[in-house]
Amino acid sequence: MMAAVIEQPATGGFAFRLSRNRGRIVLGVLIAWLVLWLVTRGMGTLPLGPSQLTDLHRGLNHVNDSIGANRDSSWIFLYFFNEIRLFVDQFVVFIQSLIAQPSYGRPVPVIGWLGVVALVTFVSYAVANIRVALLAGVGFFFLGLQGLWRESMDTLALTLAAVIISLVIGIPLGIWAGLSNRFNRLITPVLDFMQIMPSFVYLAPLTLIFLIGPASATIATLIFAAPPVIRLTAHGIRSAPHDTVEASESLGSTKVQTLTKVLLPAAKRTIVLGVNQTIMAALAMVTIAALIDAPGLGKTVVKALQTLDVGTAFNAGLAIVVMAIVLDRVTTAAATRGRRRPHRTVLLVVGAATLFAIWLSYTYVWAADFSDDLNIGPTIAQATGDATNWVQTTLSPVTNGIKDVFTSVLIDPLQALLAESPWWLIAAVVVVISVVIGSVRAAIVSAVCLGLLVVSGLWQDSMTTLASTLVATVFTMIIGVVVGVWMGRSYHADRIIRPVLDAAQTMPAFVYLVPFLALFAASRFTAIAAAVVYAAPVAVKIVADGIHGVSGTTVEAAVSAGSSTWQTITKVQLPMSVRALTLATNQGLIYVLSMVVVGGLVGAGALGYDVVAGFSQGELYGKGLAAGIAIVLLGVMLDRLTQAAANRTGRGVAT
Amino acid sequence: MRILGITLVAALALAGCSGAKVGDSSGGGGSGASCGTFNLAVNPWVGYEANAAVISYLAEKNLGCKVTKKDLKEEVSWQGFGTGEVDAVVENWGHDDLRKKYIDDQKTGVAAGSTGVKGQIGWYVPPWLAAAHPDILDWNNLNKYADQFKTSESGGQGQLLDGDPSFVTNDEALIKNLKLNFKVVYGGSETALIQAFKQAEEQKKWLIGYFYSPQWLLSEVKLQKVKLPAYTAGCDADPEKIACDYPDYDLDKIVSKKFADAGGPAYQLVKKFQWTNDDQNLVARYIAEDKLSDEQAAKKWVDANPDKVKSWLPTT
Repeated sequence: MMAAVIEQPATGGFAFRLSRNRGRIVLGVLIAWLVLWLVTRGMGTLPLGPSQLTDLHRGLNHVNDSIGANRDSSWIFLYFFNEIRLFVDQFVVFIQSLIAQPSYGRPVPVIGWLGVVALVTFVSYAVANIRVALLAGVGFFFLGLQGLWRESMDTLALTLAAVIISLVIGIPLGIWAGLSNRFNRLITPVLDFMQIMPSFVYLAPLTLIFLIGPASATIATLIFAAPPVIRLTAHGIRSAPHDTVEASESLGSTKVQTLTKVLLPAAKRTIVLGVNQTIMAALAMVTIAALIDAPGLGKTVVKALQTLDVGTAFNAGLAIVVMAIVLDRVTTAAATRGRRRPHRTVLLVVGAATLFAIWLSYTYVWAADFSDDLNIGPTIAQATGDATNWVQTTLSPVTNGIKDVFTSVLIDPLQALLAESPWWLIAAVVVVISVVIGSVRAAIVSAVCLGLLVVSGLWQDSMTTLASTLVATVFTMIIGVVVGVWMGRSYHADRIIRPVLDAAQTMPAFVYLVPFLALFAASRFTAIAAAVVYAAPVAVKIVADGIHGVSGTTVEAAVSAGSSTWQTITKVQLPMSVRALTLATNQGLIYVLSMVVVGGLVGAGALGYDVVAGFSQGELYGKGLAAGIAIVLLGVMLDRLTQAAANRTGRGVAT
Repeated sequence: MRILGITLVAALALAGCSGAKVGDSSGGGGSGASCGTFNLAVNPWVGYEANAAVISYLAEKNLGCKVTKKDLKEEVSWQGFGTGEVDAVVENWGHDDLRKKYIDDQKTGVAAGSTGVKGQIGWYVPPWLAAAHPDILDWNNLNKYADQFKTSESGGQGQLLDGDPSFVTNDEALIKNLKLNFKVVYGGSETALIQAFKQAEEQKKWLIGYFYSPQWLLSEVKLQKVKLPAYTAGCDADPEKIACDYPDYDLDKIVSKKFADAGGPAYQLVKKFQWTNDDQNLVARYIAEDKLSDEQAAKKWVDANPDKVKSWLPTT
């Protein structure tokens, strides 16, 4: 799924035209569903109360318990997991002692703030350009101004450790998946699992296997963060130009030579983009890892929210956003830089200055500890706290009304249709639609996923979650298309909106959920709103990219032929970026699903709540795990279906 | 570019000539050789944080321990007893499931006595509602008001807002067995509950929900408890048939077996530690509302209560 992010809508073509027949069949199926729903409503809905368990759930509990009971005797712990834990622990502690924690008998880390700021600036300059380097330097200095230097460095240390390990494991796996179709087929579902499975499900078992400490936090982060780099590396290798590869082979190059001399250089840009996505994903785990004692900014957020201190939580969230934007811009610039390298002498001079700054920060207190006199954190916290209060009290009467209307017009009917239909009816509808708009393969995947949902014992919860997911995806796409078209057409709009999108993606959800709770109460609507905030940026970016990729001459031709702006957009730009639109829908869905658990924390109930409760209560662990798997099943089903539909549309255009 | 680099170096060189050096005044760690490291779990609510703040303050200042606080959820903390990562949990709300698993079956944890704090779970309404309709505080009258509690989530019935999934709730059974025209809506987090009650009081909105005391919010918004049929021993034996109030919880401390067997000074402190709901609320308020750090809050309370503190510390 991720792999497709950078695919350009190369096949342009004419229309997102569902063949008329297929459209009719889908409509017919939906009408038949509605009619049957009226008759069979409430039959075979397979409900299960929040505290009820099935045998499967109890069985999963036993598995979990037996891991705990055997951890001291089993050889796999003694010789395998313990070694991994030791290695990861030491690696993280080493980075922490360099930049974050007092170390080697000193009251401060080896490199103080000045050294880190200088180093970050220098590295950014060396791999990218001067503008990005300045942004990086100012950004990191700002972390100190926020009064969060040490927390930020702890977060950076953990993120770096997780990212480095992800790359060391991920790039070779990605290359393998790029070269071998069989391995690719094998690893894709595993990656899906790693990305969609809610981390709440594996946090507790991880601490059992790798103990409480940096190792568990790092491994939890890397489970979520490694897939993008694997997918994008594979994708980069696969999309290397065919003729070049063939030419290299016909010249008698060995496989290794072809790989290192042709494939890897051709895939470099894509791989760096994968590194970028992996960094972003790692930063998204900061708050969650704080629940198992990961040091850093996540703890500040979690602590502040215990007392509803939105201001302080926002300040820490802002630090995460700043760090994310810096790392994003540096890696993106590194990926897209042309041949112009920084001048060697300049690089040497700046390098010497950096070394000097590091030495200063090693030696002098002022350069090691960020001065408290410059702390503007409390001011930021105070201002956002006040602003939030104002918004909450002023707007909530109106917003609650909006929520009520939306819920009764949109969410309730859809949920009634999905959660109150018999399971076999829904299964039949989904399988038929999969065949019609997708492929036979997609239909088989759908059938298997639906069957497993029944086995999970959480059918009705799954349907409730599916209803909210679909509503959230529709809103995500509306925003995605509107804002994406705007950004794709206007360079200035792009420059202004993009940082906002980055912020929405990396700001920990709970920071904005507190005001959301005040505005919309604990409800499914709040959960949907949160999901849209997180998912819309991805959709917007992909759509903007697609619109941007439509060739300028085509647009000019349309304009000179007398098309209005509206006509240019609807008749030329949107149809020509149909691949981007389907991709945006696919990614939007996956991102919405990744917020199901967060939704469970603010009133969505259903699968999200099951997972949260499973994390909190031992007896419900098995049910939480089953709910996590159910979310993965929904994700795989929707992903394969939208991909099959996209491929079909692509083919339709080509012929 | 080159000019920039040179200026930068010059500026740094100038700045570098002054200032204190790292290590000039070595802080010097306390030397309490007998205590060693004390791993204290900190569960995510303010009341717990208050207990942990005072205990770790005393362990560090008076016993010379090196206290490592670990921010963890309950289940993960108890798991830590077995792996040696956690020595003590200092506010436990019942958790019979965890007791059975870790104290009875795995024998990695042991109880270390009451904290002296009484925990209460129940149904609460905001103070304005209790003042405007005093009879709402009796469950018998709840059906009369069910319509007022309707929300977009409760499907035509009154909404009973449940919250934190960490605690066991009997609310679905209660509603059924007391024949109330209500539906449990799962808020899903303590944050959602606190925000709901705070707003209900500020904007005079109708709200009834699951809540508990002690909790820092109660010092800001005095939520009123709704009377349910009284708890009698065994009335909650069959989860399906519960029709009585929640029992009072004696919040206690659990420590790892190794920690207890070693019997060091930190263990003695945890074992003797006992205070009251008022004490905890005070420290919790220092933390939640006065925004003191854990250490400042603990110091403030410890300095004001030397007698209590003395009884927890070894007599020297």
